[in-house]
Amino acid sequence: MLAALKKNPAAKWLGLALVVIALAVLPFAVEAGAGRSWVRIIDFALLYIMLALGLNIVVGFAGLLDLGYIAFYAVGAYMWALLASPHLSANFPAFAAMFPGGLHFPIWILIPMGALVAAIFGVLLGAPTLRLRGDYLAIVTLGFGEIIRIFLNNLNAPVNITNGPQGINKIDPFSIFGIPFNKPLSVFGFTVPSVALYYYLFLALTIVIIVITLRLEDSRIGRAWVAIREDEIAAKAMGINTRNVKLLAFAMGATFGGVAGGLFAGFQGFVSPESFTLMESIMVLAMVVLGGMGHIPGVVLGAVLLATLPEAIRYTVVPAQKMLFDRQIVDPESLRMLLFGLALILVMLYRPAGIWPSPVRKREFATAEKAGKLEPEQYPDRTEASEGARL
Amino acid sequence: MQKKLLTVSVVAAFAALALAGCGKEEPKPAPKAEAPAAPAAPPPPPQIVVKIGHVAPLTGNIAHLGKDNENGARLAVDDLNAMGIAVDGKKLVFELVGEDDQADPKTGTVVAQKLVDAKVNAVVGHLNSGTTIPASKIYNDAGIAQISPSATNPTYTQQGFKTAFRVMANDVQQGSVLGSYAAKSLNAKTVAIIDDRTAYGQGLADEVEKAAKAGGAAVVAREFTKNDATDFTAILTKIKGKKPDVIFYGGMDAQAGPMLKQIKTLGIKTKFLTGDGGCSPEMIKLAGDASEGVYCSQAGLPLDKMPRGADFEKRYKAKFNTDVQIYSPYSYDAVLVIADAIKRANSADPAKIVAELPNTATEGVTGKVQFDDKGDVKNGAITVYTVKGGKLDVLEVQGGSLVAKAEAAVKDAVKDAKEAAKEAAGDAAKAVGQAATAVGQEAKKVEEAVKK
Amino acid sequence: MTFHPEIFLQQIINGLVLGSIYALVALGYTMVYGILGLINFAHGEVVMIGALTALSVILALHGAAPDLPAALFILAGTLVAIPVTMALGYTIERVAYRPLRNAPRLAPLITAIGVSIVLQNVALLVWGRSYRSWPPILPTTPHTILGANITDLQIFIVLAAAAIMAGLMLLVNKTKLGRAMRATAENPAVAGLMGVNVNVIISVTFVIGAALGAIAGVMVSANYQIAHYYMGFILGLKAFTAAVLGGIGNLAGAMLGGLLLGLIESLGAGYIGDLTGGFLGSHYQDVFAFFVLIVVLIFRPSGLVGERVAERA
Repeated sequence: MLAALKKNPAAKWLGLALVVIALAVLPFAVEAGAGRSWVRIIDFALLYIMLALGLNIVVGFAGLLDLGYIAFYAVGAYMWALLASPHLSANFPAFAAMFPGGLHFPIWILIPMGALVAAIFGVLLGAPTLRLRGDYLAIVTLGFGEIIRIFLNNLNAPVNITNGPQGINKIDPFSIFGIPFNKPLSVFGFTVPSVALYYYLFLALTIVIIVITLRLEDSRIGRAWVAIREDEIAAKAMGINTRNVKLLAFAMGATFGGVAGGLFAGFQGFVSPESFTLMESIMVLAMVVLGGMGHIPGVVLGAVLLATLPEAIRYTVVPAQKMLFDRQIVDPESLRMLLFGLALILVMLYRPAGIWPSPVRKREFATAEKAGKLEPEQYPDRTEASEGARL
Repeated sequence: MQKKLLTVSVVAAFAALALAGCGKEEPKPAPKAEAPAAPAAPPPPPQIVVKIGHVAPLTGNIAHLGKDNENGARLAVDDLNAMGIAVDGKKLVFELVGEDDQADPKTGTVVAQKLVDAKVNAVVGHLNSGTTIPASKIYNDAGIAQISPSATNPTYTQQGFKTAFRVMANDVQQGSVLGSYAAKSLNAKTVAIIDDRTAYGQGLADEVEKAAKAGGAAVVAREFTKNDATDFTAILTKIKGKKPDVIFYGGMDAQAGPMLKQIKTLGIKTKFLTGDGGCSPEMIKLAGDASEGVYCSQAGLPLDKMPRGADFEKRYKAKFNTDVQIYSPYSYDAVLVIADAIKRANSADPAKIVAELPNTATEGVTGKVQFDDKGDVKNGAITVYTVKGGKLDVLEVQGGSLVAKAEAAVKDAVKDAKEAAKEAAGDAAKAVGQAATAVGQEAKKVEEAVKK
Repeated sequence: MTFHPEIFLQQIINGLVLGSIYALVALGYTMVYGILGLINFAHGEVVMIGALTALSVILALHGAAPDLPAALFILAGTLVAIPVTMALGYTIERVAYRPLRNAPRLAPLITAIGVSIVLQNVALLVWGRSYRSWPPILPTTPHTILGANITDLQIFIVLAAAAIMAGLMLLVNKTKLGRAMRATAENPAVAGLMGVNVNVIISVTFVIGAALGAIAGVMVSANYQIAHYYMGFILGLKAFTAAVLGGIGNLAGAMLGGLLLGLIESLGAGYIGDLTGGFLGSHYQDVFAFFVLIVVLIFRPSGLVGERVAERA
């Protein structure tokens, strides 16, 4: 079917048009079919797609295992929260003198700024880790992630910057061209609910991010990342400035995280440090690995699955138990997480390269498998140059 | 380029399919949730179905408290249905829609949206401040009243939402009682304060610090731990070096218990004070005999001092076959407050409920519920306990609605008098007993006056 | 600020006890890493299962015969917990790691996370969500040395951690099994050619690591007198940090890293707050630990005593 599409541009455009229409009516279809809360779940899923794509640049393309990625999400969220809420003016007389009503920057400034600040953090946190590899890199990034969360949780004294564990409230809702996103919008007597408005905004940004990553993947930089992933020494020998290229990977990855974080803050209207725990980092990593590292469609799929699966189980576990046994036998939350854990194990056992791996990796993996079959118990030598490649 | 466009479209299509797929899986449970409404609905006599949403964490660390809240609300709904309230000539049929927010802010908003979708008339919940605050925005946008029985963070009612109410004393009230209790009743000149860096622990600890300073005590150490920590020796040792008169801990029982044991091992002989999160039988269980003499407070009255607490406790136990935890009398009252507003408005329209709530003056289990202009309960009560013989023993009650206070006073007076009577011999005892009865009658008069 | 020597001594003791606990758990991580190059993320949960199993046995025994000596309770609990975690360790390796030996490196990491989530929730279903507390069998009266307090159990924990590490080092360096382990760690393929049954060696490593996990679990829960289903996650994270700090894959490094981490946390929380005028108080306890870790790794990318195995640049 794909081949047929390629040959026939008319069919391709028709297909694209169908996709656009499908995406455009999705929130209404979902709302009619399953209720508005599912539109909200889809909104969160879109945020996770952005996060997973950002982490994919670091882990999937450049092969740098990052366990503290959620820090950039947090940085983006807090930056947005500080610049679009009365918090700073309420706590600093100097700000209050300048902005009596609190800071309320428009979205046009906030999104690029969130991206920029997160990118700066990406470089700052990436720079000390350049010499580290594999698991050492993982633990250091984990440490950075926790350090940022701990600072956010504690910077309410002596100077109240983040409001500590109480979180920042009253964050402005989005508004574009004077259209506020927190109220339903009426167009020609047709009402678009607030969650659907957010859906369109998130979708637009997700598409922008997908296009950027697709373009990056095939660019000079993208190929340099892959070269570093496969063999850092060889990449260096080929004239790649590995330091700069690695830092760029951290910065690019962080950028997407920062944008997603800002959107999260505006969408929720409230941020607190408990949304940025290590578990969230691990979840985003699981999305990338489960979907298919380095392969953009796979990562998108992984994000959608992991963001919606726990909710879907929540909606089905309780009714199913009630139907089968007429009462609740197993606590739904533990059953939900149990199923989730089992799903992670099973998917990895049966598809170790991810659900939807890139064709190249799939091929590589098939050869490795074959090699493994010749000597089934062989375990690849860790000291061999493949250390990075196996990431 | 074309190839890339194709990839984009394929990805997009897939994402759309996946998303739509997830959405489409769901129609099954959604109608199921509403299914119970359907048989209740067919109206030979005219009826109005009033859906009351209830949200609390039914899973996770504090699931037992969440279930308790839901049970309280369920009991209220059953009572109301048994009473048979009618407005506008139609009988009201109350129905509880229970949801689980896992104490997670993100899930809290998803669940709130789910309730708004289900067109509930009003909401009782959520349990934690961290979920209540982001969810309050969604209820406010939808114009649905929200009454929290247990979220104690002051910010919740300070957002300027006309839909946000609570029937429980907030952290400021509790913190100031605890702080001044430390400074005045415990005669502390120096206080060490520990909190667990959660919204609850830090909020309460800050209020205690303010009140203790205002009461003339100096804060000699401000230490911190985490809500999943088990080792407190480092901070406790540091505190030991500062030799405070009182240690206050703002956090939950799961940490307070082990902390008390470590205090004992380290040989610290300081009075220990904690808030409602640590004021539970669980803390006593975890700390063992190290909990003897601990002081702690709960927002709200002790159950046996609530005007109709004993009756509530009896019926709760009979219905759910389990003990009342902490907040269920408050969730019960929250439902009553909503029913009262419907009666006064003569309509179950969410907007009219919101409009009527500020005029609330409902006699509930916990006393008379009235709201101030922010939506906070007036005169929220705080009770200070001490651990004696492995049980929580009431030391004093501060605040509380007038009726509750009056009745508590009566009970205390009668109890004290009776005890005194037992000890004293002969006629004198009878005289005291009579005096107590007189006090009781007086108090009842006060109560009636207040009711009027 | 006046300096109290007895408070300082107490903080050192606190740090050593905490550090010994970290070290005991870190040994399990480092053994598996040393031989497989794999972060066994589920090790913390194995420790948790060991602790809860032992506690259940102790509670049952205490219910039946409350007057037995404390050591007997602990011994009985540990003896039941060890085979349980050994079986668990073996199963985890067989089911979740062995099929993925040739897979991309992150695949076993994800299964490890999956195993960790599954074990946590199984424990939740079996033991419930509330904290379980120990019966009052242990003597709580501490010894006072120069104004600082230490209990019998704490002395035992510090000594046991040192003894277990010494035993492991003897096992790895002096026995035939140990040689096979080192050979497998060096190069599994060649070790196989030399007649080492690599699969058996890897299984044995997991089983020993799990048995250590049970012992660590009993000691941790005895020290804090509580156990619950979530205790493994935080403990595992700290122990893993300790293992990396010392140089993961190196037994002495795990011990060193554990003790160092314990001391940093204890002294950091105890003194840095006052030294910085209250700005960096005990709420930054974990920041101190991670900061030291990061600085150490920047200057010694393979940890304090780690060998530079994977470094090629």
